[in-house]
Amino acid sequence: MKKKWLASPYIVWMIIFIVVPVFLVLFYSVAEQTEDGWRLTADHFRRFVDPIYINVLIRSVVLALVSTVICLLLGYPMAAILASKEYSRKKIMYLLIVMPMWMNFLLRTYAWMTLLERNGVINSILSLLNLPAIDILYTNKAVVLGMVYNFLPFMILPIYSVLSKIDDSVIEAAQDLGGNNVTVFRRVVLPLSLPGVISGITMVFMPAVTTFVISRLLGGGQFMLIGNLIEQQFLSSGDWGFGSALSVIMMLLILASMGAMSRYEQENGGGALW
Amino acid sequence: MREIKKTIAIFLILAAIFSLTACGGGGSKQGTSSTIMVFNWVDYIDESVLEDFEEEYGIKVNYDYFTTNEEMYVKLKAGGTSYDVIFPSDYMIARLVKEDLLQKIDISKITNFEHIGDTFKSLNYDPDNEYSVAYMWGTTGIVYNTTMVDEPVDSWNMLWNPKYEKNIFMLDSQRDSIAVALMKLGYSLNTRDEAELQEAKQELIKQRPLVLSYGGDEIKDKMIGGEAAMTMAWSGDAAYMRWKNEDLAYAIPKEGTNLWFDAMVIPKTSRNKEAAEKFINFMTDPDNALRNAEYIGYSTPNLAALEMLDEEIRNDKAAYPDMDSLKSEVCEDLSDIIGVYNRIWDEIKASQ
Amino acid sequence: MRFLKKSYVFLIFAFLYAPILVLIVFSFNESKSRANWDGFTLKWYMELFQDRQIMSALYYTLLIAVLSSIIATLIGVIASIGIFSMKKLPQSLVLNLNYLPILNPDIVTGISLMVLFIFMKMPLGFVTMLLAHITFNIPYVILSILPKLKQMNKHLYEAALDLGATPVEAFWKVILPEIMSGVITGFLLAFTLSLDDFVISFFTTGSGVNNLSIVIYGMARRGISPKINALSTLMFVSVLLLLIIVNFRMSKDNSERRTKIERNKENNRYLFNPGRDI
Repeated sequence: MKKKWLASPYIVWMIIFIVVPVFLVLFYSVAEQTEDGWRLTADHFRRFVDPIYINVLIRSVVLALVSTVICLLLGYPMAAILASKEYSRKKIMYLLIVMPMWMNFLLRTYAWMTLLERNGVINSILSLLNLPAIDILYTNKAVVLGMVYNFLPFMILPIYSVLSKIDDSVIEAAQDLGGNNVTVFRRVVLPLSLPGVISGITMVFMPAVTTFVISRLLGGGQFMLIGNLIEQQFLSSGDWGFGSALSVIMMLLILASMGAMSRYEQENGGGALW
Repeated sequence: MREIKKTIAIFLILAAIFSLTACGGGGSKQGTSSTIMVFNWVDYIDESVLEDFEEEYGIKVNYDYFTTNEEMYVKLKAGGTSYDVIFPSDYMIARLVKEDLLQKIDISKITNFEHIGDTFKSLNYDPDNEYSVAYMWGTTGIVYNTTMVDEPVDSWNMLWNPKYEKNIFMLDSQRDSIAVALMKLGYSLNTRDEAELQEAKQELIKQRPLVLSYGGDEIKDKMIGGEAAMTMAWSGDAAYMRWKNEDLAYAIPKEGTNLWFDAMVIPKTSRNKEAAEKFINFMTDPDNALRNAEYIGYSTPNLAALEMLDEEIRNDKAAYPDMDSLKSEVCEDLSDIIGVYNRIWDEIKASQ
Repeated sequence: MRFLKKSYVFLIFAFLYAPILVLIVFSFNESKSRANWDGFTLKWYMELFQDRQIMSALYYTLLIAVLSSIIATLIGVIASIGIFSMKKLPQSLVLNLNYLPILNPDIVTGISLMVLFIFMKMPLGFVTMLLAHITFNIPYVILSILPKLKQMNKHLYEAALDLGATPVEAFWKVILPEIMSGVITGFLLAFTLSLDDFVISFFTTGSGVNNLSIVIYGMARRGISPKINALSTLMFVSVLLLLIIVNFRMSKDNSERRTKIERNKENNRYLFNPGRDI
């Protein structure tokens, strides 16, 4: 079925809407407009090399890493328990995990805005129980909480998917060969679940490090992440050069992480979400 | 296979029905001859006034929001928009005029122009009244919760008081917040002296650990809910907040305040100048100006509307201060050093 | 041990659902307060339906989702077949380009498209938002269809031609059914992504055309409004209904298929064991 010309319309589309935009961003990141026209400059990138902005990058990466680790710690046991034999109604479990993902991402973040207020629901309940109030809205804890809440299902699902496909007989065989539960887990289940774990980590870390909504709504403008910085350049300062340079840096960051991930993926056959 | 096709069909039909009802429920009027696009601050108009305008002139109003002048400018400058009426502030209007982005308004068409007080005409940003018609005005000061603050609030220094750590809000607006720091230091809020600006920047960076959040319109709700002790605020928002929570008070610090004006302008991208002028005239009608002022709580420059205002509001020194004794400055266009300003603002926002 | 596991699962589900449930409960609250219950009311729902901005956003959200997923699926099917027929090297180049919108953070995709539209002097609005949605939908459609093409027996097409079908007939009656599940998955995926998109829409729209996510973001930045709670309740209920319906139909399909298989097994036993008494 040699119909490769069928792809040409889409290739044209891709060139216009994928390739050209990226080139435009690259162009703006290294160009500056003067009275006589455009000239190449490294100023935009140089501006980034300033402790203030490097801190923004570090902050984004750190918060994203923390959220990813928390998601992993919370999500793996959840996925494991759900995938185990005790839960036969796999379909319903699957749906229950998936449903929050179907809820609008902004609404989920907004929910926490109302909960975490100093005079919000959580504090009302805590005061009823005579417990000390929490004051984490507009702190980095709130941002991490928002990230974990939004992305936890993305960690649970791939791991659950992979774990539930592990053939029972493999486990039984390991047990027959004399392994106790810990050994079976460590040497059989864990390695088999790795593709799902890698998938989950990717699907949490990437949106976490590039978000600007969560840090804006729950961080109250106190925690400028790299996404916020880019948004500010394009929608407030109007400095497209700096904004484009930041976008290029972000693209490189993501490509690097993906490169690191895909090395693992190739070795383990790739884990899918569904 | 057939099952799947059926499911898709049902799905699409549902979606189609949904979108039709949504469209119908949106209240779109049939047979309107034209539309105008209005670009305004959030919460800055009484929506029923818009509906009356639509009814009276048969012109549909499409509405878009911005939260700061800078955001508005970037959107306008980027192109691709066709706003007919915009409500920028003083310094921004000056910049738009300088960059030739505005159309001249035919003042003869604005029959209600006579109602605008003389103090609000021929201001520094539009000396010949060619481009703008004043909409609202006010000052910038501190709103504080009297149950949480028991000392007198008379200086911008209060916003730097470590006693109120994490109990202070600041506005996520470049000119406004930097102006507060400048006023605190005793400098002009129109200074071009880079050393002074850097000093202001350092002050704001120093203040960061005390600030709960840099926000926008959500601060109003928060202050009403008692989430923080104080915030910098525009007088109109202050009026609204005090109306909803009697524990709140507004103070204009002794170092001075920023006297600001918002006005209606017609950008060059407008395709319907006639309708835009009708809209501006409608807003300047004393009854409509009154309704807007009452609804959003801001101070109106419309003398006829002012007379009809509730006496309590008219005599409220916070909303209508004594202009002679007021120590104030109006923002000027500083777009020639906008690079410096942007950089400073970026650094303030990026620090922690 | 069993108890520990059950309580852990319960806790995590509680964590996931509690905020949504709180939103729903407070959507019926008489006052705007987020902490005190002041009485039951439906007024926020009424206000929701009268809010022109929200209704218009709902309309645009659905319209863009439907249009962009249909168009993306159409382009995606044709493109998948084309890509599938390509030789190794150009194929992997095209595929890598294709996956760029998936790999790229959505803020970069959104900004690069905004830059493109402004550069081409296109007014930002409905058309640009639609184009942006189609652009990020197509890769997902292709991602869903290509594996199916690979799984398909590659001689089917030739066989159909040999049996006298025209290429178009062969496509419709032979290839399409084989890849149909991929097409459906791709379409649904595109539809879902489009419905929920925020960042890319945020940067590529203008002129008052907003989708639901953008309106919610605007409202959330302005402060809390129970109207948003009412909106969340409605969206939650729709998603719940949708998932229940889909699940119900799928299990109906499964049970029908299962009875068919049972019947086939019975018949086969007859066929393969003619002499036997069953």
